[in-house]
Amino acid sequence: MAIGVKVLKRPEQEVSYVRAALKGMALTFKHMFEKSVTMQYPEEKSTDGEHGGGQWSLSPRWRGTHRMLTDEQGRSKCVACGLCPQICPANCIKLVPGEDEEGNRYPLIYEIDEFRCVFCGYCQEVCPEEAIHVGVHYENAEYSRGRFVYDLERLSAQTHPVSSLWDPTDPRGE
Amino acid sequence: MTPEMKGFVLLSVVKMLFVFTVVLVGVALLTLMERKVSAWMQNRIGPNRVGPGGLLQPAADGLKNILKEETFPSAANPVLFVLAPALAFIPALLLSGVIPFAAPLPLDFDVTLPVLGRFVHHGPLPMVVADVPVGFLFVIAISSLGVYGIALAGWSSNSKYSLLGGLRASAQLISYEVALGLSLIPVLLLTGDVSFSTIITVQQQGLWLVLPLVVSFFVFLVSGFAETNRLPFDLPEAESELVAGYHSEYSAMKFSMFFIAEYANIVTVSAMVTTLFFGGWDIPFVAVGTAKPWALFTLAPGPIATLLTGLAFFAKLMFWIFFVMWIRWTLPRFRYDQLMALGWKFLTPVTLGYIMLVCVVLYVAELAGLRGTLPLHLVLTGVSVVCAIALFFVVDRGLIITGSASRRARRAGLRPPQRLPVSF
Repeated sequence: MAIGVKVLKRPEQEVSYVRAALKGMALTFKHMFEKSVTMQYPEEKSTDGEHGGGQWSLSPRWRGTHRMLTDEQGRSKCVACGLCPQICPANCIKLVPGEDEEGNRYPLIYEIDEFRCVFCGYCQEVCPEEAIHVGVHYENAEYSRGRFVYDLERLSAQTHPVSSLWDPTDPRGE
Repeated sequence: MTPEMKGFVLLSVVKMLFVFTVVLVGVALLTLMERKVSAWMQNRIGPNRVGPGGLLQPAADGLKNILKEETFPSAANPVLFVLAPALAFIPALLLSGVIPFAAPLPLDFDVTLPVLGRFVHHGPLPMVVADVPVGFLFVIAISSLGVYGIALAGWSSNSKYSLLGGLRASAQLISYEVALGLSLIPVLLLTGDVSFSTIITVQQQGLWLVLPLVVSFFVFLVSGFAETNRLPFDLPEAESELVAGYHSEYSAMKFSMFFIAEYANIVTVSAMVTTLFFGGWDIPFVAVGTAKPWALFTLAPGPIATLLTGLAFFAKLMFWIFFVMWIRWTLPRFRYDQLMALGWKFLTPVTLGYIMLVCVVLYVAELAGLRGTLPLHLVLTGVSVVCAIALFFVVDRGLIITGSASRRARRAGLRPPQRLPVSF
């Protein structure tokens, strides 16, 4: 499908400025009585579509700060395969793999620098264990830059919902 | 000092305090009103955090501006840099002293105060700080001084954006002053006086001058917009081109002074439009003291009449202030050539022609032996309406403001100017 380009039809003929101005004034005056579209932010917030409803909702595909999912024992699902630091275009994931006595790999260090992250979601897409996810979340203010490097503990402690990435075979998410 | 003179001084001081307090507080509230009106027109809410409904926002803004750092560009001319905001501010504020805002109040008192002595006043007290006999000439003269503030601010900042803004402001204000001054000559011809009180009296005898002199009113309104540097004439501070124009280098309270001056000028222009063309404090169909055609009620001069006429003036003033904001949030800025073409090629010749027309009508009316104010006004209304229709339906098609597309088309000779199928 070709991309539709909006072409504004500008008048090439002579129009009356005064009457055109009056028309514009009628339009702005009409707008004075229309409902305002402002969101009163700190009181009203966008929620994710599935969990909040309400007037304002984030897209389920919203890609915010990460979350590491854990298994039943509370350990992270990550097997330290190294795919996410490999695919990360911003090079913001630091992974040092370790191995326990049974030969299971696990991350010794897993850090994401959220300042470097471009929130592309490739880490979630590439993860074979569905461990690392980007989250439906915003409001990340901190008092220092250092706090923006999220370690494994912090990533596992996040509770916000995770984003469902866009599936090319199912473009509408059905 | 005689007791009468002391009474005069006392009343003048009271009126000064009243008018300047109202104007300064009003100007502060107008900044809030502007933001609210713009918000409503854009389907937003506007400031609503400070005070009930954002009512204390101007106080917060003022406090912020007082506490902010004053910046001095190192290359600026220090004396003129400090002087310029005051030069813009003072004339803007001075003008509020000469506009009558209510019917004269009959007041008689004779009191003796402990230290100050005896104060006496008799007769009607004009509700204006200074009822100057030179009337609107004073307003035109003083308002022209405002351009010094702007031009000096632009020059003394030693910044290219400021300088360009100052130059544009000078060119614009001087160009439109011609049309502004000329548009008031028909008022002078019709009323025979420049004093505001007389002009209001004449409008009470006949019609509000907007009807007999509709072309003058239109030209005055447009030039007034240009004189206050409001959109669509805000080229001196065009953000997209000149950062902030002449006040780019100003911060804190000095910037605020330019801002206050701009809003005070809006008040002045609105008050001028109200007084010269919309009857001032006159209430339609209500006579105050003097006889008036079409009067349904008569108010005896007194505190109630003064209060009601004051409210009428305030209502009209607020409408025109709102109108100025309404235009601002509707129309885009003119190009510089459009601005100059509108001033010199349209408004000035139209006003000159209109002066001739009014002169002819007045002369013919006198020859025909037309007596009284009202018949004369009615005749002029007829002539002016024909004139206005001719202007807005025939001349205003490609001659006043031309869009770039139609200019290009005309220059290339692609197609002759046609009428649009849609009707405006």
